[in-house]
Amino acid sequence: MPEGAATPELARVTSRWAVDGSHTIDGYRSSGSYAGYESIKAALDMTPDQVSGLVKDATVLGRGGAGFPAGVKWGFCPPGVWPRYLVVNGDESEPGTYKDRILMERDPHQLIEGCLIAAYAIGVAQVFLYVRGEMAHAQERIAAALNEAYAAGLVGKNILGTDFSVDIVLHWGAGAYIVGEETALIESLEGNRGMPRLKPPFFPAAKGLYMAPTIVNNVETLANLPWLVAHGVDEYRSVGTEASPGTRLIALSGHVNTPGVFEVPQGTTTFRELFESEQYGGGIRDGHHLKMFIPGGASAPWFFPEQVDLPLEGRVIGGEGSMLGSGAIVVMDETTDAVKACLRVVRFFARESCGKCAPCREGTTWEEKILQRILDGHGRPSDLDLLLDVADNISPGPYPTAAHPDAGLEAVPFPPRQTTICPLGPSSVAPITSAIRRFRPEFEAKITKRDSIPVSAAPAAPAPTPTAQGHH
Amino acid sequence: MSERPRKIEITDPVEITVDGQTVTAQSGELLIEACERAGAYVPRFCYHPRMEPVGMCRMCLVEVDTGRGPALQPSCMLPVTPGMAVDTTGEKVAKAQDGVLEFLLANHPLDCPVCDKGGECPLQDQTVAYGPGESRFVEEKRHYTKPIPISETVYLDRERCILCDRCTRFAKEVAGDPLIHFAERGAQTEVATFPGEPFSSYFSGNTVQICPVGALTAKPYRFKARPWDLEESESTCTGCSVGCRVTVQSSRNEVLRFQGVDSDPVNWSWLCDKGRFGFEAGNSEDRLGEPLLRDGGELRPARWSDALTAAASALKGADADRVAVLGGARLTNEGQLAWARLAKSVVGTDHVDAQLGDGLPAEVVLDLPGATIDEVCAPGGTVLYLGPDPKEELPVLHLRLRHAAVNDRVKIVSVSPVATGLSEFAAADVHPRPGETAVLVAALFGGDVPSDGVAGVPAEQVLAARELLSGAQDLKVVVGRQNLAESAAVMVDAVAAVRAAVPTATFLPALRRANVRGALEAGLAPGRLPGRATLEAPGSWKDAWGSLPKSVGRDAEGILTAAAAGRIDVLVLLGADPLSDFPDRDLAAKALDAAGTVISVDPFVNASAARAADVVLAAAAFGEVAGTTTSLEGRVTTLAQQVTPPGTARADWLLAVELADRLGTDTKVATAEDLWAQMVEGSAAHAGASTEALADEANVDGVLLALDGSGFTAPAATQVPPQNSYSLRLVVNRSLYDHGTLLSHCPSSAPLSREATLVLGPADAESIAVTTGSPVKVTAQRATITAVATVVDSVPRGTAVLHHNLADADADGVDPGRIVIAGEPVTEIRVEAG
Ligand SMILES: Cc1cc2nc3c(=O)[nH]c(=O)nc-3n(C[C@H](O)[C@H](O)[C@H](O)COP(=O)(O)O)c2cc1C
Ligand code: SF4
Ligand code: SF4
Ligand code: SF4
Ligand code: FES
Repeated sequence: MPEGAATPELARVTSRWAVDGSHTIDGYRSSGSYAGYESIKAALDMTPDQVSGLVKDATVLGRGGAGFPAGVKWGFCPPGVWPRYLVVNGDESEPGTYKDRILMERDPHQLIEGCLIAAYAIGVAQVFLYVRGEMAHAQERIAAALNEAYAAGLVGKNILGTDFSVDIVLHWGAGAYIVGEETALIESLEGNRGMPRLKPPFFPAAKGLYMAPTIVNNVETLANLPWLVAHGVDEYRSVGTEASPGTRLIALSGHVNTPGVFEVPQGTTTFRELFESEQYGGGIRDGHHLKMFIPGGASAPWFFPEQVDLPLEGRVIGGEGSMLGSGAIVVMDETTDAVKACLRVVRFFARESCGKCAPCREGTTWEEKILQRILDGHGRPSDLDLLLDVADNISPGPYPTAAHPDAGLEAVPFPPRQTTICPLGPSSVAPITSAIRRFRPEFEAKITKRDSIPVSAAPAAPAPTPTAQGHH
Repeated sequence: MSERPRKIEITDPVEITVDGQTVTAQSGELLIEACERAGAYVPRFCYHPRMEPVGMCRMCLVEVDTGRGPALQPSCMLPVTPGMAVDTTGEKVAKAQDGVLEFLLANHPLDCPVCDKGGECPLQDQTVAYGPGESRFVEEKRHYTKPIPISETVYLDRERCILCDRCTRFAKEVAGDPLIHFAERGAQTEVATFPGEPFSSYFSGNTVQICPVGALTAKPYRFKARPWDLEESESTCTGCSVGCRVTVQSSRNEVLRFQGVDSDPVNWSWLCDKGRFGFEAGNSEDRLGEPLLRDGGELRPARWSDALTAAASALKGADADRVAVLGGARLTNEGQLAWARLAKSVVGTDHVDAQLGDGLPAEVVLDLPGATIDEVCAPGGTVLYLGPDPKEELPVLHLRLRHAAVNDRVKIVSVSPVATGLSEFAAADVHPRPGETAVLVAALFGGDVPSDGVAGVPAEQVLAARELLSGAQDLKVVVGRQNLAESAAVMVDAVAAVRAAVPTATFLPALRRANVRGALEAGLAPGRLPGRATLEAPGSWKDAWGSLPKSVGRDAEGILTAAAAGRIDVLVLLGADPLSDFPDRDLAAKALDAAGTVISVDPFVNASAARAADVVLAAAAFGEVAGTTTSLEGRVTTLAQQVTPPGTARADWLLAVELADRLGTDTKVATAEDLWAQMVEGSAAHAGASTEALADEANVDGVLLALDGSGFTAPAATQVPPQNSYSLRLVVNRSLYDHGTLLSHCPSSAPLSREATLVLGPADAESIAVTTGSPVKVTAQRATITAVATVVDSVPRGTAVLHHNLADADADGVDPGRIVIAGEPVTEIRVEAG
């Protein structure tokens, strides 16, 4: 089964995935595309500003979803305010996203070295590594690696004999998708219920953990740093595009022959290549053809066969009305029921809503209930407009859009405007607008034919009014 | 209702545009406030001006353009910035607000017809004002068991809850009792208590008041009335001396509810539960509706003319030096003045004391330079706290102090014999041995600190506290009685120590009973006359009243001692119950038994009256008499008459005027206002507090009396004997819910009083081999009592605690009144396993 990079030259963060014992300190030092723990030595020979400059010049884009350049973000810490914290976002829980977990399980030292480099550049003495509650194996591997690194004098006081000292604290989440959102993660770290803070005023770089300047970065973002320091800016930028240089991890799942996590050049690889190449997805399931795909995590508006030749480039995909997000691509072939798929995604958001704000808490649940009712054979013709309007009340239109008229794509709400505190609520809108606009007849068929389950076996539905009934 | 337009002072103006109009706002203030002042009220549920905004409900969305195009933003979270353009009514805003309301209503049960909140419900009101006409939500709603009790008094209906975080935020941020919290997530999110731990907060009733729907209801009011049937007036709570402003609401001549009013210098809209539910006592079946006379050993109903004649003839026949008046701190200012005149001028006795051995001398309250609550809590200040546990005795003052320390960087140096509610957030918290507070206080300001500490406080703690006080500009001191088992002189000495070190310090007296300050201001203390005049310097009172007592009389302890010795022929109990109130119950009992005629003026037959009164004059209670009251900081506010007294019970002031009349003095008083006019005329300190001034809009929060007291001179220091190493020093302190007369008549609060136990620290408990729950024998000079031990870490070695008035008067209970001897500087006890 293929996984990781297609060629050894492309393997930057995945270079030790196939190596036995790569999770130990010896394995880390003796294998891979750069020598483990040499990059931190090199970084400590530079000034912190030089290290930040390197990250800025290379344009290391955040891999957590928003694609914001890490070097620029680090610069947002108000000057002269201490302490500062670095928080590593290892809460990865969006459906279809499983790249950070493998990075943490197979190459924990790479992440630790990435943390050290970032901590040195930002001026941080305490790093919090927040790992999703369910990822027991990753937690164990990181804990073991941290013990090794502390014992080797690579983490802790006076690292490598310099006056640079940093502690890395491993923190286990308790299993909530929303704590992947950076401000909710900070709340959770503080010991509170994981509910997002409102931005503004609580931008972490200014008022984060314990109200101190805090940089939150994704696991993959930081895992790129040792390679970058070892190889330099030019080599980092040698693949990918001007705006999106380097490689990134794509978690491919769904109806392809060989799903997996692949390290691909950013910006140049197309969806078609990813789905069809033997090095990657190995083609849509045999005998079937593509119906739709989610290009960047459950929050992303869906794409359809017309978009398979687009490159995996944040701006291009943004211009088409969706996003690359966390790099999770879910492929669905023609056997997929669009209504069920839509419900599946909406239900995820409804269950994971933190409950803080009314539009998300009540709206996502309402949407889930309507979709379930339609699937249960109790849909009403007015339900589709109702779904769209409820969606609009969570994420109001009209939307700035660069919809692709050639692709038959109408405007979808991206980037979302929101009546909510964080983007989780509006995320539930993406599958609804995508599915209804593209597959309205499928919804209507469910409503008029009531084909899911026999009506007589259904639980008593609220008595429909004559006008609302309007069919048969 | 409880919301008053908030006054703000614009010191740093910012221009913004609200719905096309230019508006001047204060830089940094929240947009929702600026819009409201500009006349554009933005609907809201979660926002509360006294708590941190959370932006949860999303009802207050408005469209804001700060130069980067209009965007929907919650106005409760957004500080104004120059040039901000705001649209509060446009199409997008209306759609968003409609949408939020629809979401909030989606799972709302709409049981308005049976909901207490119906008629005063923001959700109902805003649905009418902004909401959609009909529901598009046809799904099954969320279901929960209908109201569940979350404490003895508060019920939660989770179906009605809109998850605004007001109650939970209040519990955590304001009360510091984070006992309710959100549980579950998404649409299953609910307010919950922790398993097995009820929401037993002294402040729980506030959550009911601020809940924007009918999700939280309070037992005393549930299903009692509909809002539109309520009549209301603004008044002041007389549960303690903090003087919280309240709205008193009644229906059919029965008080049914108190709501806190946002008085900026005082209670910020909060009330404690004792105060909030205290109205229940007024509605008690035990209220006296007619006077009583003792007849063959029994108190029997009498006619007013007979009762007043009996009282008057007892007073008339007695030698003035053998008449004494105890109490008066529960009366209105007007009642106090009328009784002061009756006692001091008409009868001619100076044996008058409003405090029952549980307060501070009048000089400490009136003759020291005063500090207000706001001054004590001013951001960045330093406070030396020498008062009783404010959480137990002055609850809303506790909230203000908590806010000051937690939010406004106020450093509190708390000195008390055992830990208090302040301990959690005080910058320093030291516990001197009982009786040695003054020694410790002196050490806080200088001098050598021996390595083994001062008064039982370790040296490093003394030095750390000294450090905090050393830079203090404008030191504020809160002083009160911390320990009823030591004499008041201990605290007077502590005050003298502060004055010696920091002559500019100002003082807030922390006394518990509601109008104790008013009583002292009215002259209900030995040697005192109204308006801070004294027998030595009577000012205009000599002319106004005619005769005055010749010499300074006895205080409460002296009165009771004299009575016990058979030297008091008439003892008037003015809303006083020495058996429950006086720390030495033994002396109180002897005094009552040996006094001649005992006249009780009270809304109830209290324990002392039941034992000894010959005449009981039925008095009107809170809400039944209009007048004024004076809070601990010297703030005069109005009391409203909202209902009529039961039967023929009469106002206290009227009883004094009638008795004076029967004794041949025409006081020229026809109304309570006449009395107050006499006070304002005769007292420079009261000059600004006339009836007219109090009615002025500008004085909605009342009028502060002059606080420039200067007559305090330190008496000779009290000698405290060294502690015997075999004994423990006793602390007797109060708890919020005790067995006081009023509380015992509040069905909701009475069951909340705690068990009376002997509280010990772990080291002492170990040395006599007892643990929590063990029986112990407590031996003191006068008596031995048995109790059950409670062992807690917060009681220092060498100290033990009993609570005042938790045991019934006659029972053979754990009653410190049986062992405390009035006048002794400290009380030593020996504790053995028993
Ligand atoms: C609902 C929600 C869930 C998120 N979950 C994750 C997550 O699991 N992992 C992650 O790295 N970022 C997640 N993010 C993005 C983070 O808020 C944050 O932008 C990111 O961690 C920043 O790291 P980066 O700059 O390195 O990408 C989530 C955001 C939202 C709104
Ligand atoms: S949008 Fe949803 S997840 Fe985000 S804060 Fe609001 S309720 Fe919580
Ligand atoms: S119970 Fe009331 S105050 Fe508490 S969260 Fe619910 S609606 Fe808000
Ligand atoms: S603190 Fe005192 S005045 Fe305020 S509500 Fe409580 S009892 Fe009443
Ligand atoms: S009042 Fe602003 S969000 Fe609730």
